[in-house]
Amino acid sequence: MFAYYLQLGLRSLRRNPMLTALMVMAVGFGVAASMITWSVFRAVSGDPIPGKSSQLYTVLVDNRGPQYNDNGEPPEALTYTDATALVAAHKAAHQTLFFNVAPSVLPEGNQSLPFIADGYATNADFFNMFEVPFEYGGAWRAGDDDGRAAVAVISHELNQQLFNGANSVGREITMDRHSYRIVGVTAHWDPKPRFYDLFSHNAFGDPVQLYLPFTRAIDVAMDTSGRNNCGSNTDFGVGREAWLHGECVWVPVWVELPDPAAATGYREFLTHYAAEQQRAGRFHWAPNVRLRGVNDWLDYERVVPPESRISLMVALGFFAICMVNTIGLLLAKFMRRAAEIGVRRALGAPRREIYRQFLIEAAAVGLAGGVLGLLLTALGMFGVGLLFEPEIARLAHLDLSLVATTLLVAIAATVLAAFYPTWRAAQVQPAWQLKSN
Amino acid sequence: MTMHPILAALRKHKAGVVLIALQIALTLAIVCNAVFIIGQRIERVNRPTGLDESNLFLVSQQWVGAPSGDDAASVEKLDSLQLTDLAALRALPGVASVAPINSLPLLNSSWNGAVDHKPGDTNEGSFHGTRTTYYFSDDQALSTLGLRLVAGRNFTAADVGHQGFRDNSEPSVVILTRALADKLFPKGDALGKVIYVNGSTKPTTIIGMVERMQVPGTGTWTNSFVWNATLVPTRMDANFSRYAIRAKPGQLDAVMRAVTPALYKANPMRVLDDDSVRSFAQIRDKAYQADRGMAILMGVVALILLCVTAAGIVGLTSFWVGQRHRQIGVRRALGARKIDILHYFQIENLLIAGTGVVIGVLLALSLNMWLMSHYEMTRIPVLYVLTGVLAMLAIGQAAVFVPARRASNVPPVVATRAV
Repeated sequence: MFAYYLQLGLRSLRRNPMLTALMVMAVGFGVAASMITWSVFRAVSGDPIPGKSSQLYTVLVDNRGPQYNDNGEPPEALTYTDATALVAAHKAAHQTLFFNVAPSVLPEGNQSLPFIADGYATNADFFNMFEVPFEYGGAWRAGDDDGRAAVAVISHELNQQLFNGANSVGREITMDRHSYRIVGVTAHWDPKPRFYDLFSHNAFGDPVQLYLPFTRAIDVAMDTSGRNNCGSNTDFGVGREAWLHGECVWVPVWVELPDPAAATGYREFLTHYAAEQQRAGRFHWAPNVRLRGVNDWLDYERVVPPESRISLMVALGFFAICMVNTIGLLLAKFMRRAAEIGVRRALGAPRREIYRQFLIEAAAVGLAGGVLGLLLTALGMFGVGLLFEPEIARLAHLDLSLVATTLLVAIAATVLAAFYPTWRAAQVQPAWQLKSN
Repeated sequence: MTMHPILAALRKHKAGVVLIALQIALTLAIVCNAVFIIGQRIERVNRPTGLDESNLFLVSQQWVGAPSGDDAASVEKLDSLQLTDLAALRALPGVASVAPINSLPLLNSSWNGAVDHKPGDTNEGSFHGTRTTYYFSDDQALSTLGLRLVAGRNFTAADVGHQGFRDNSEPSVVILTRALADKLFPKGDALGKVIYVNGSTKPTTIIGMVERMQVPGTGTWTNSFVWNATLVPTRMDANFSRYAIRAKPGQLDAVMRAVTPALYKANPMRVLDDDSVRSFAQIRDKAYQADRGMAILMGVVALILLCVTAAGIVGLTSFWVGQRHRQIGVRRALGARKIDILHYFQIENLLIAGTGVVIGVLLALSLNMWLMSHYEMTRIPVLYVLTGVLAMLAIGQAAVFVPARRASNVPPVVATRAV
């Protein structure tokens, strides 16, 4: 019976082409608008590290005091002093710190011009904490951090550019005129949003190309290419040493705490640390510290661009109107066939059969709308480049799950919209219809 | 014509009436707010920066293996590198004027702080100045950027100093935008007055005022100080530098192409990539990309919505006309003129659309309120809502016209047939 009803439904699509076209277009446009904005939204609001997001925390300590901090919130990164002290304390299972660097890289053989590559000056824990995959070699050892070794990890992309993708472990790379031994090459790694690098507003930027030990970068006086926030306290003296040990924040710190008990313990340690700073006379205020998990941090930093949220809302509102429109048109379409329903009912068809026939017919409309929606979604994927910054727009793509969702949403929404018209169709009194004919 | 028969007929089609009214209400709510958002974005994109933007471009570059700029000797070394670049650029044919500068309006890379007419007191922490952005440049800044000096004088070569970028020494003279000067000195007598930069105790004299200059940031966080700029006659010495260049009229493209080879010739140990040389038009394009996209999206959505709603009205009214074929025939047979039938459907639509827009206005205002509480939006002006109401009523009338005319063409003889 299902196949027969579906055939009837598809045939009835052709019966009032005008009405059908209106419905299919309404469903198609509605579902396409929703799917395009949804594909962007799901990309920017997704969990970047699903297996571990509940175990990673960023550490924040208020070094400004109630008068200068951000409405009671500590600054979004740590000072060099706090970052190095907290990492050296080793109170978490793993802890990492980093800052953004942009050294000039000189290709081998002095043939071509130097170029700038973005990277992180960090420690060995960074790689296992953030699950960085390796193509060749691996992370440097913890001993290299303490030994301030001239070692580096480069990305798959940089390895392609410099060594044509060959295993470059053990070879040298020249950054800012210093030479580093390559110990590892990462596979392509690009979590989005880049939750650990929000302080420098790099949630959706290009992935970094290289990594070198934090201690080494400090030794060679490499400057941060990321944000450096000194608040309103600019009285830190002159020169690099004064700045390094001053109260400017520029070093994000992350810790890995396997369970809530460890998080509670770490929070206590952090409060204790701030209290110690207060006793030492550095802070003139009560400890004000934060331990923010990955998702908490993404929310706090408002990573999802307002454009994405507003356009999703508008698209959903648009879809709702299209569905209201579809209810009206289905009502018109079904009630036009009151006579036909009357005959079927008079010949003994129970109401249930009428429900089945018309819901299946609605599903056929939904399917047609879904196919149109799919075409429009594919077209719209080119258009998102107009709407969002390129680094966000390229996150939107048509994959299998989006295709399935588009069709499913179109059919489900149309069937849902058909409930009321179908109910009305099933209420048709056979006697009335037969009499008036 | 009395309303009674229309109302009585509507009561028989509750579902259709509710659906059309609801659709009109939702459409009005969304279209009003969408058009309002478009208007706001257009206004934002069109605000002038205060610069003469034609023929202007920016070069950003970084030296390879340059000193850190933390001691006097390395600052001098960096400054000589910068002076070499400036000389090379100024010697290029087609160049009207060049100024070193740390940023430009719309570039989204800024150096911000606060100024006040009281000296700072580091012990008390009581410094609450007016927020401003700093542009570090030299005596060529005004002519290169095309800023209009409205009071006082321009910087002279003697005013221009240079310092390492981690050196916080305060300048002795500055030029402010009029907006900032008026905020600090509401009486309008800022010229020649003394201010204190970033809570310092060293006085800085205001020697001039420019009409207008926007801050580099375009995010909403800059809304409170978007016209508060301070020009400082200081070359910043770091391992990178930026140069604003004004080409002679008609020679922008040629000069932009000539810059990279000229700089490499002056000193090859540097990095210049694809993004290093950008015209101001490109900078503006990038800065307002999201705004433009949002306006386009809202426009497309509003347009499709209006079409969908009009189509919905046509569809349902056609259905009603078909259903009432015989009643229309009877009315015609009883003496109703074609125009009466036409008016009947038009008034019916006006009633439904009228109910719809009343609900729609309430929805539009609550949607606007919700947007205001969650995003940086302002209250929607009454004019937008009124225009929306009139537009919705007009669309309703236009959509109903075709089926209504079909109804008015039903011949009276239908009444006698097929009983």
